[in-house]
Order: sequence, then structure tokens, then C-alpha cells
Amino acid sequence: MTLPSAIPPLGERQKLLEMSGVDKVFNGDVVALKGMNLTVNQGDFISLLGPSGCGKSTALRLIAGLSRPTSGSIRWEGGQARGDLGVVFQEPTLMPWATVSQNVWLPFRLRGKGYREVRDEVLWALKMVGLEKFQNAYPRELSGGMKMRVSIARAMVTEPRLILMDEPFAALDEITRMKLNDDLLALREKIKCTVIFVTHSVYESVFLSDRIVVMAARPGRVSTELTVPTPYPRNEVFRTTPEYGALCRDTSDALHGAMHEHNEASA
Amino acid sequence: MSVTEIDKMAATALIDEEELRYARAQKREKIGKWVLPIIMLTLVIFAWDRVVVMNNIPHYILPRPGLVLETLIKDWPILWQSLLVTLKITLMALAVAVVGGVGLAVIFTQSRFLEMSFYPFAVILQVTPIVAIAPLIFIYIDNKIVALLTVAWIVAFFPILSNTTLGLNSVDHNLRDLYKIYGASRWQRLRYLQLPAALPYFLGGLRIAGGLSLIGAVVAEYVAGTGGMGSGLAFRILEASYRLNIPRMFAALLLIAGTGVSIFAVTSLLTHLLLRKWHESALKREG
Ligand SMILES: Nc1ncnc2c1ncn2[C@@H]1O[C@H](COP(=O)(O)OP(=O)(O)O)[C@@H](O)[C@H]1O
Ligand SMILES: [Mg+2]
Repeated sequence: MTLPSAIPPLGERQKLLEMSGVDKVFNGDVVALKGMNLTVNQGDFISLLGPSGCGKSTALRLIAGLSRPTSGSIRWEGGQARGDLGVVFQEPTLMPWATVSQNVWLPFRLRGKGYREVRDEVLWALKMVGLEKFQNAYPRELSGGMKMRVSIARAMVTEPRLILMDEPFAALDEITRMKLNDDLLALREKIKCTVIFVTHSVYESVFLSDRIVVMAARPGRVSTELTVPTPYPRNEVFRTTPEYGALCRDTSDALHGAMHEHNEASA
Repeated sequence: MSVTEIDKMAATALIDEEELRYARAQKREKIGKWVLPIIMLTLVIFAWDRVVVMNNIPHYILPRPGLVLETLIKDWPILWQSLLVTLKITLMALAVAVVGGVGLAVIFTQSRFLEMSFYPFAVILQVTPIVAIAPLIFIYIDNKIVALLTVAWIVAFFPILSNTTLGLNSVDHNLRDLYKIYGASRWQRLRYLQLPAALPYFLGGLRIAGGLSLIGAVVAEYVAGTGGMGSGLAFRILEASYRLNIPRMFAALLLIAGTGVSIFAVTSLLTHLLLRKWHESALKREG
């Protein structure tokens, strides 16, 4: 595996993707996203934080190429190749008829690669999420948290340049969610991936990311951006520091500001 | 006391009164599932026999169960040949229904326009009573076997078509998106995503179609009548009724019913084997 040795600090990272002036209008009148600008750099862990309906999922779907912007552009630095993208949805979205390893094999399989050819990569990804013992299990035999891990393994097995995660842990219980947050960061340390993570939890966004993009609704737009300067690796100790508390407060204020903006606009 | 002994005690203490009652109830249900139908069936046959004897009903009106069995054995060479004929038509019709139903369903999901154009025809074929169409089919199709097959197929293919279409279209939306993101071709999506997702639906259709293809085969034989070369079980029943050979009618009926039950059992077993690893319907509920 050819992984970069370390992620450079914010401000020194190479550009990966740029959204500029992106609008998305549904049915001619639902403005899901208005004038969104976002530059994603290699190694960023970006959280899109906002109330529901502010266009977070729409932004991800646009980046994933599942729908096209009404206006504006999304440009990949150096063009987008197959396997540049990994995706994790809110539900694990596994194929119930396929075993864990077959599910993780999927991105390769769709590129015409046989299981034998990529067996090492599949097992490596499963090991990364701590599920190598479950490679022959079927999804229904796994707990919610384990299914999510399989989903993450599938997203990273091709070593994509960018991983999109749309509220991946929202449906899990608090304890599992924290564990998965810790593990996700440990994983990022290992594979140095770039992540855009959608959440409506302030605590989750502060813990995970180095950039927090706060969004507001009606019309969906970016309200402000915050940075979390705390260096990685972060672990459960970080959650108990005063610094974490202060950052959460700031972020929470920014989020309330964004929701207030919307109140004024609609009043 | 050794450690293992204590462990054992703890283990026995863990099963409380309620759990015991539950376990007993489970066991009763398991045995009852097999024993009760057998007892009931025996009682009904016994009652049938008593009714015939006590009322002095002549055997050309209602034969005793023993006589039916006797006839079954005595006429076995004839009935066995007929059973083979009916079975052949039934299984061939089912096979063609599977190929035609799944094939049409796949074509429909590949093109909405084809579906819109041809689905109404499938519905019309389905809702028109087969006995009304069958005489026409026997006029237009000279080959008796092909005609029988066509009738049985018309009856059997619709549940497979409609169930499989439903299954192919009921793929999880996120999975569909995932395939799109990974640049899957149409064929890959069909092969790896839609067909497996449709399997439980298809098997549900297959179980219905199995029974229907037998009904179709029997109806077709009736319509074909005794004039032709037909020699299936339905033909035997018709023939026996003209000769007032009631015991043989019952014997043939018994074979038809047995065939239907066997088809149902085989398709159920197939469903279980194919889905037991992953599908909710095949899960044993715990607790
Ligand atoms: N396919 C669609 N058709 C019409 N409206 C949509 C569609 N997708 C999203 N929307 C609307 O766009 C807005 C933003 O949705 P979404 O991006 O899902 O928000 P979030 O993920 O932040 O909760 C919502 O008002 C939603 O109703
Ligand atoms: Mg959303």
C-alpha cells in the first residue's frame, strides 16, 4: 500500500476537489442548496453540520455524482477516476445475500476483478475495522455497529481519495457511536484518507473533524466554517478536556446562529 | 464441592419455572404440528368408512376408503402411466412459466416502455378464465401436447411474472446508488443486485405457480376431453365417470392431490434451502 507518511497541517494540504457556486433546485421550486462553495483538501476531515433539511445529503449526492448541480461546478483536481470515491450511508446498505467479505469485495467486483485477485485487500480492510474473523458471516448475524464497520471497510477497500459519510452513526446507540468515532479516527491515522462526514451532532463533529462546515436551511447553504486546531491523534481523553468543551460550545453557538439566521430570513 | 459442580448448579438454577413452561410449550407445538394432522386425517377416513357401511351406500356412489386403496393398487399400471403424463405436462408448463415469467420480468425492468406496452396483455391472459380460452387453443394448436402445455403455462406464468417484477424493482435505493457510484453496468446491476434481491419474491411466485400449473394441466385435459390421445389423470377421471367406475375416480383424485402436495413440498424445501442463510422469512424467531 502506498500511503502518505503523514497528513500535513491545515493550510498546507493539496487541493482535492472544489465546489464553486453550486445550486441545486428540485422540481423547479425546492432550493435544496444555494451558492455552495467548498474546497476539499487532501487529508481534510470535514464535517457538514446542520439541522435536517439544510442540504447536507444533497451536497454529498452532488459530490458523489448521483445528481448534477442546477448551476455551478464540482471539479476534481486531476479528474475523477474509478475507485476515487467511497461512500457510507446512514444505513449499512449491505447486500443481505452476500457474506461480509463478498460485500467488501463489491467495489472491485464491479470493476471486473475476481475475488482471488483482491483477497488481500478485502482481508486488510476487514482487519482495519476489526472484523477479519467475520468474513464468512452474513449481515443478519451482525450487530448494527458491526454492519456499519463492514460498510466502512467496503468504502475504504479501494483506498479512495475521498470518503463520503452521510450520518453513518446516527442510528446507533451512544456507546457504539463513540467507539466507532474512536475507531474511525484511528483508521484515518492509518490510511490518511480524506473524509466528508455529515452529522447533526455538535459533539461528533468537534471530536472527529479538523474543519466544521456549519450549514443553514431554507435555502440550504453554508453559514460559516470553523476549524478544530487540536492535533490528531485524538482519543477518548480529548472528550474530557476543557478545550473540547469550549470547542463544542463555540460550534453549538455557530449552529444556533445558523438556525437563527433562518428564523430572521423567514420572519 | 468442586468448581464445575457449582457451575452446573448455577446453570440449572438459570432455567426458571417460566423458561421450563416455555420449553414444554415449544416441544408440544413441535410434536402437535405433525401428530394432529395425522390423527385428524385418520379420523376423517375412519368416519368416511363408517358412514358408508352404516348407511349401506353402494360402492358405485361412494366407495369405502379400503376399496379406493385396492383400486389404486389394482389399476396401478394404468394410473401410473396417466400420472406420468399429467406430471410431465405440469412440470414442463412450470418450467416454461419460470423461463417465460422471469424472462419477461427482466425485460420489463430493463425497459419501462416495453412494460407499459405488454403488461396489460399479461393481465388480460391472467384474469380471463382459462376454461374460456382453452377450447380456442385446442382448435388453433393441432399438437395436443403443445396445446396442453400452452393452457397450463397461461395459468402458471403470471404469479412468477408479477412477483419477479416486484422483486426486481424492490432493490434498496441506497444499494442502487452505491452501484451507480461504483460505475456498475446494467448487466452487473441485474446479475449482482436485482436478481438476488428478487429471489425471495420469485420463490413465492414459484410456490403458487407450482400448484397452478397442475390445475392448468388438469383443466387442459378436461377441455381436451376423451376424444383425443389424452391419457392423463384428468382423462382417467372423465373416462371412469362415463363408466361409473367411482373407485377409480377416487384413486385418480388421490394421485392428483398427492402430486399437488408434493409440488408444494418441493418448492417449499427449495425456498428454505435457498434463503435459509440470509432471508428474514427463513429465520427461526428467538424467544
Ligand atoms: N429528490 C428530491 N426531490 C425533491 N426535494 C428534495 C429531494 N432531495 C432533497 N430534497 C429537499 O431538499 C432539502 C434538503 O434535503 P437534504 O439534502 O436531504 O437535507 P439534509 O440531508 O441536510 O437533511 C429538503 O427540503 C428536501 O426536502
Ligand atoms: Mg440527510
